[in-house]
Amino acid sequence: MDKKLEPIVKAVQNKFGATFEEFRGEAHLFVKPEQIVDALTLLRDEQNFELLSALTAVDYFPQEAPRFHVVYQLTSLAKNLSVQLRVPVNGSSPKVPTAAGVFASANWRERELLDMFGIEFDGHPDPRRLLMPDETEGHPLRKDFPLGYEEPQFTFNFDDIDLRKPYAKE
Amino acid sequence: MAQLEEVSIEQFKHLVSERALTGETMLLNMGPQHPSTHGVLRLLLELDGEIVVNCIPDVGFLHTGIEKNMEAKTYQKAEVMTDRLDYMNPMGNNLAYVMAVEKLVDVDVPVRAQALRVILVELQRIASHLVWLGTSGLDLAAMSMFLYCFREREQILDIFELVSGQRMMTTYIRPGGVWRDVPVEFEQAVRDFIKIFPKRIDEYESLLTKNPLFIDRMVDIGYLSKETALSYGVTGPVLRASGVDWDLRKARPYSGYDQYEFNVPTRTEGDTYARYLVRIQEMRESLKIVEQAMNKLPMGPVRSDNRKFVPPPRSEIGVSMEALIHHFKLWTEGFPAPKASIYSAVESPRGELGVFLEGDGGPKPLRVHMRTPSFDNLAVLTQIVKGHLVADLVAILASIDIVLGDIDR
Repeated sequence: MDKKLEPIVKAVQNKFGATFEEFRGEAHLFVKPEQIVDALTLLRDEQNFELLSALTAVDYFPQEAPRFHVVYQLTSLAKNLSVQLRVPVNGSSPKVPTAAGVFASANWRERELLDMFGIEFDGHPDPRRLLMPDETEGHPLRKDFPLGYEEPQFTFNFDDIDLRKPYAKE
Repeated sequence: MAQLEEVSIEQFKHLVSERALTGETMLLNMGPQHPSTHGVLRLLLELDGEIVVNCIPDVGFLHTGIEKNMEAKTYQKAEVMTDRLDYMNPMGNNLAYVMAVEKLVDVDVPVRAQALRVILVELQRIASHLVWLGTSGLDLAAMSMFLYCFREREQILDIFELVSGQRMMTTYIRPGGVWRDVPVEFEQAVRDFIKIFPKRIDEYESLLTKNPLFIDRMVDIGYLSKETALSYGVTGPVLRASGVDWDLRKARPYSGYDQYEFNVPTRTEGDTYARYLVRIQEMRESLKIVEQAMNKLPMGPVRSDNRKFVPPPRSEIGVSMEALIHHFKLWTEGFPAPKASIYSAVESPRGELGVFLEGDGGPKPLRVHMRTPSFDNLAVLTQIVKGHLVADLVAILASIDIVLGDIDR
């Protein structure tokens, strides 16, 4: 880990009691859902992490508690450092406070997560699906959502399969 | 298939102003099939006469589930999906993904492969900027630009075909190196391009840079401040045109970028014209990098000899039992990656292209997330078009250079 990152990690650990992991020089800090807005504000205002590079989630299905990790990848342009915050969330009604008030880029990213993982962001200004159509059922990037495939049609079952194929018919 | 329902104002109530509800302003759809949206992007515009009061982008028409598909494939095989993300920048996407895999499993890359990667990615950057220049010229009625730009782009695509067999979906950069060494004709093809291209950029500039019509359409249009840009996560040329000197190639050199001398062009105006100037200058800088890399191109292997992650060369398979086993294992089962996550980013023509990769100890990724630059660059559009004319919206949209495949993934 970069020497310059150590005091920043210490600061977050002291304030939020965050656990810390390191892998290939990257710092990952684990905070609780209710702390995330404060942690992001602290990093932005006091430590110059002005760019929220990525906001994504990981699904650890079938593990239920925690089932998801919401991942916030922050970049400091001034100090040329990166730090990652992770928020573990449980599988039943996953909810995290919105970061859209801290970083405007979180707005769309959180809509994407709502769409793809069904993670709700409390207080989000515009909680609609972003990529999938509004009437979609389920959340595609969850591990229990099937990838989907097309049944191969052979001469003997061509018509059977054709009947239930989901393409537009006359 | 869902039935088409009549769209009512109720659905957009929370997004548009009060005036739209009373009918004082007009709601107008731009796209998803509109030549100026550079793909299948729908913009819901609230217009007061011809002035844009609000602009609500609606994305997802090109969503193909690339991230989900990648999770179902082994690390090597998932790479073909990355070509299809930002289809103007397949080499750059390959590099971003491959560097993430290399970081996750810890493989070294030979110097020749690193130099080749730099050459190809910079050529790709030029090709991508050429498409941007051509299409944004077209949007502003400079039709000849399109033809000139695509002429030069074709030359770059020919180089890609030479090295990878494919013009666009190259998958040439592989974990541990590149697919195979470049053919002998490569050097001459790149040298030819280096020779003619500076003159061609001058040609483009003589057509546009001081053209009064062009300047009228571009200057002071779509101003984006530094603070807004950073808050919205805007990166790449758009951020640099707003006065932030941030380029991952300089800030965190990867793949040997620290050996090459180049400048990072920045402007402080933050308008459409500044974004134009930054990209034009970037093409010149990219060409400088290509030239230096060609001059210094070291000899040697182009693939790591770490057989646990990189397939052995064909010549070995016939004579070595171990090579055959490795080859078989790598293409059937794949290589395992540790149970950990990494984030690695490169500078794509559009900005920070980051890859978040998490392994679960097996040969398939648990999660791949592509942090694509166009996504955040488009999100800021709402902020910068307000108060401009619809015709200016077209210029602004062209100047942020979005690729819908990159946004919808």
